[in-house]
Amino acid sequence: MKRQILYWRAASLVVAAGFIVLWQMIANLRLVSPVFLPGPDRAWAALVRGFASGELWTKLLGTLEHMAYGWFAASIAGIALGAMIGSSRTMRSYVAPSLEFLRPLPVSAIVPVAIAMFGLTQGMALFVIAFGAIWPMLLATVHGFAAVEPRLYEVARSLQMSRLAVIFKIALPSASPDILSGMRLSLTVALILAVVCEILAGLDGLGHWVLLSARAFRSADLFAGVILLGGIGYGTALAMSTVEKQLLKWRPSGH
Amino acid sequence: MMPERAKALALPIALLLVAEIWTRALHVQSDSLAPPSAVAAALIEALSDGSMLVATRDTLASAFAGLLASSAIGLALGITLGMFQIIDRLMEVTIETIRPIPSIALLPIALIALGFGYRMEIAIVTFACVWPILILSRAAVRGIEPRLLEVSRALRLSLGDQVRKIIIPASLPRIFVAFRLSAGIALIVAVSVEIAINPIGLGAAIMTAQQALRPDLMLAYLLWIGVIGYALNRGLVIAQQRLFGRAALVGEAS
Repeated sequence: MKRQILYWRAASLVVAAGFIVLWQMIANLRLVSPVFLPGPDRAWAALVRGFASGELWTKLLGTLEHMAYGWFAASIAGIALGAMIGSSRTMRSYVAPSLEFLRPLPVSAIVPVAIAMFGLTQGMALFVIAFGAIWPMLLATVHGFAAVEPRLYEVARSLQMSRLAVIFKIALPSASPDILSGMRLSLTVALILAVVCEILAGLDGLGHWVLLSARAFRSADLFAGVILLGGIGYGTALAMSTVEKQLLKWRPSGH
Repeated sequence: MMPERAKALALPIALLLVAEIWTRALHVQSDSLAPPSAVAAALIEALSDGSMLVATRDTLASAFAGLLASSAIGLALGITLGMFQIIDRLMEVTIETIRPIPSIALLPIALIALGFGYRMEIAIVTFACVWPILILSRAAVRGIEPRLLEVSRALRLSLGDQVRKIIIPASLPRIFVAFRLSAGIALIVAVSVEIAINPIGLGAAIMTAQQALRPDLMLAYLLWIGVIGYALNRGLVIAQQRLFGRAALVGEAS
C-alpha cells in the first residue's frame, strides 16, 4: 500500500514538472509577453541571484517577522480572551453575539483605521496582523469551551476544582483541536495581511519587494517573490499541521 | 433575567455610549476617532449623496464576478477530480504547490498584466475563491451515495447526463456551503485589493476618507463594510436553510 502511494506521488510530481515545462515553452515561444511572464528559468535565476546578494533573505525574514509577531500576539490574546468568554455562560450570552457580528467583517478594512492611529509604521502592521489573526482563534476557543462535554464540568465540580484548574485541566485540552485549527486558519490571514501592510506602508518584506519589482517591470524578480510567498504559505501550513498532529496525539483519532 | 436579544445588544450599546461621552467630554481631536453620533451622521450623508452606494456596487460587482468565475472553474475541476481518482492523484502536487500562494501576492502580477480596475480585482478574487470551491466540491462528489452511481451506470447514462442528473443534484447542498464560504472570502479579498492598490470600491473609499483626515467618514465606511459582510453572510445562511434545510448541515461538519 505504502509503495503505491509513493508511486502516485512520483507520478503527480512528473505531472507538475510537465506543467513547468509547458510554462517554459510558453515563455520561450513568447505566447505571452516576457514583460508579464518570465520563464521558470529566469524566475529561478532571479531567486538564486536575490538570495546570493542577501536581498531576498532580508525581505523573507522581514515578512516572516511581521507574520510571527502579529500571529503570536493574536494567539495569546485570542486564547486568553476566548477562555475568559467561553468559560462563563453569562459572558458568552453578552459577548458572543457581538463577536458573531464582527466575524464576517473583512479584516483588511481595519487597515485605514490602523494607519490613522499608528501611521505607516511597524506598529501599524503588528496591530493589523494581530487584529486580523485573532478572530479565528478567539471564536474557535469560545466554541471549543462551549462544546466541552458537560459531564467533565460535573466531575470538576465534584472534585471541587478551582476555575483556573478547570480551564487548564479540562476546558483547554478538550478545546485544543478547535483552537489549533483556528491557529492554522490565522496563519493564512497573518500572511495575507503582512503582504498588504508591506505594500501599503513600504515595510521591509516580500510584499514591498513584489510591488517594487512590478513597478519596475522586473517580472523575474516579481515571480521569485511570489514563489517565495507561496513557499511561506506552504511551509507554515506544513509546520502547523505537524505540530497539530504531535499535540493531539493523545486523543483517540476520529474524534 | 433579560431576554437573549437584550443581552446581545447590551455590550455594543454600552461601548457606543462610552465612546460618545468620552470623545465629547474630552473634546478629543483625533485623526482616528470620532464620536459615534458623528459617524452616524457621516454614514447617512454618504448614503444619501450616493457615493457610498456607488462604492458598494463596485466592490460587490467585482466580488460576485470573481465568485461566479471561480465557482465555474472550481466546480468543473472539483467534479472532475472527484469523479476520476486518477486525475486527482496526478494533479495532487501541482494543486498543493499553487494553492498556498496567498491571493494578495498575485496583486502585482495582475497589476502589470491587467492594469487598475475591475479586471485585475476579479482575477485575484477568482484565484482566491477557486480553492475552497474545488476542495469542497471534490469532497462532495466523493461523498455521494455509491448506490446512486450504480443506478446511473445501470441506466447507462452518458457522462454529461451523469453529471447533470446525478452528481450535481446529489452534491448541491454541500456545494452551496462551499459557495457561501467563498462569498465571504470574495468580499474580503475584494476589499483588501481595493485598500492595497485598486482605486475603486469601498476599500478605496475608506482609504480616501482616512487620507482626507475624516475619521467620522472612515469609521462610517468601516461600519458599512461590516454591515455588508454580515448581511451577505446572513442572507446566504438563510438561503441555504430555505433551499436545502437539514441536508446542508452534512457539509457543515467537515
